[in-house]
Amino acid sequence: MIAKIRSILKSEKVIVLCSVILCVLLFIAIFAPWLVPNDPTFVNLAVKLQSPSLDYPLGTDHLGRCTFSRILYGARISLGFAILIFISSLSIGLIVGIIAGYRGGWVDQLLMRFGDGVMAFPNLLLVLGLVGIWGAGLKQVILALIFVQWVYYARVIRGMVLSLKEQNYITAARISGSSQWTIMKKHVIPNVLPPLAVMGTLEMGWAIMDLSSMSFLGLGVQPPTPEWGAMIHEGKSYIRTNPELMLYPGLMIMLVVITFNLLGEALSERFGIKRR
Amino acid sequence: MSLLQVNRVNHSYNSKRFFKWKDQMNKALSDISFSIEEGKCVGLLGTSGAGKSTLGKVILGIQRPQQGQILFQGHDIYNADKRTRQMLRRDLQVVFQDSYSAVNPRMTAERIISEPLENYEKLTVGERRKTVISLLERVDLSEKDLKKYPHQFSGGQLQRINIARAISLKPKLIVLDESVSSVDMVTQSLILDLLKGLKEDFGLSYLFITHDIKAAFSISDTIGVLEKGELIQMYDSKDQFFSSKHPVVMQMKDSILAEHPRFRSIFN
Repeated sequence: MIAKIRSILKSEKVIVLCSVILCVLLFIAIFAPWLVPNDPTFVNLAVKLQSPSLDYPLGTDHLGRCTFSRILYGARISLGFAILIFISSLSIGLIVGIIAGYRGGWVDQLLMRFGDGVMAFPNLLLVLGLVGIWGAGLKQVILALIFVQWVYYARVIRGMVLSLKEQNYITAARISGSSQWTIMKKHVIPNVLPPLAVMGTLEMGWAIMDLSSMSFLGLGVQPPTPEWGAMIHEGKSYIRTNPELMLYPGLMIMLVVITFNLLGEALSERFGIKRR
Repeated sequence: MSLLQVNRVNHSYNSKRFFKWKDQMNKALSDISFSIEEGKCVGLLGTSGAGKSTLGKVILGIQRPQQGQILFQGHDIYNADKRTRQMLRRDLQVVFQDSYSAVNPRMTAERIISEPLENYEKLTVGERRKTVISLLERVDLSEKDLKKYPHQFSGGQLQRINIARAISLKPKLIVLDESVSSVDMVTQSLILDLLKGLKEDFGLSYLFITHDIKAAFSISDTIGVLEKGELIQMYDSKDQFFSSKHPVVMQMKDSILAEHPRFRSIFN
């Protein structure tokens, strides 16, 4: 047992390392309220722009708020909403992809051409446009991100369903009297989910990036809510005197996105799954 | 009344071409009629692309032919109402050539075999497991194999699992679509023996689709020769087949390898 675990640790170094980092981040995100030394939104101008100290491990920002606490809380928002975006767009993509792939014909054409239309625009541009129409705010940004992300899942799932449909066991199931729904539940969905999990890992990095970019532009998370992108935005006026205000949240975004990407790459290599 | 009657079935595949005005039609089946009596095995011999598999699909009710009808137990399977169709499905099963692609790689042998049972029989978990075990034993596998996944079986064993699934509802007709073509000679003869035994036990009828003349003769009562979508002739016995002077049959006979090169021209 121990030898087996050791051999896995050795052969899958990247996967193990990335998973550990993500678990730690997830832990921070869940238990942020108990981990923070100070209230992340408490303004105290008397201690503004301080260097690291025992009370404030990473110093304070221009309003005297604890940077460390804000970073921990930021993990909550970034990871939490990235997971929300991932799950929502995956569910929509799964439903649309399966319907398009399994039904075929004009339904397939309609859904996929709509998807092509969405994909024709650069992601960020489309999100900007949608947020411009709906107005700034976290809810709108998340909806817009889901709107551009589901297409990728739908396309990949449709492709997988198309190749699954030709498998003899689907025909055999039909001949055995299984209904369409049973075939979906038993044969189609279990066979498309594992590659999707891998794809999702890669997409998760993008979701966090996009969410932070939107907040940086002042369209997503609104102050005083602590979020990494918004923190960079607030810190940018102090880039000459206090560059660490931008540096810390920037490093966190980098860490999370790189971890997700490396994990996604390693997983897709391990399971031989193509990206996008 | 015959168990299965194929009446003047025509089918062609439509290959749509983007830049062509006219779609090209590839005739797969033309004017095919024959019938299968209860408890009999009809063999269908043909080269690749002769339309054997298309005919199999048409009979199984998954490929509606453009013309003609399939009468199974007196019901037209493509024009029956939903309930009748569901009832007919039960008596009509299939065993495919490629045993690996015919089973879901994520399901255990138990779940694979019990799928038809779940759809038609209201059984408790215990009863179902008992049925599955008895089916496994009937196809010369054992209770140990219940929890195994497809990749843990050999091709021959997997084909037995496919057979077990096909007989689980005690159907009347099983379509064997090249069922023994992808396994080695020894396994092939063992599976053919198994199929013969099952035919006796359950009073099954088979439609045995194959390109293998020896296999076809070892199990079939009647043999039909299919060539370019046409049913050339039905032969009731081996002698009739071998004395036939039809060019297609002559060609097939030539292709049989003699047991020793010395007997090369044994049939001519």
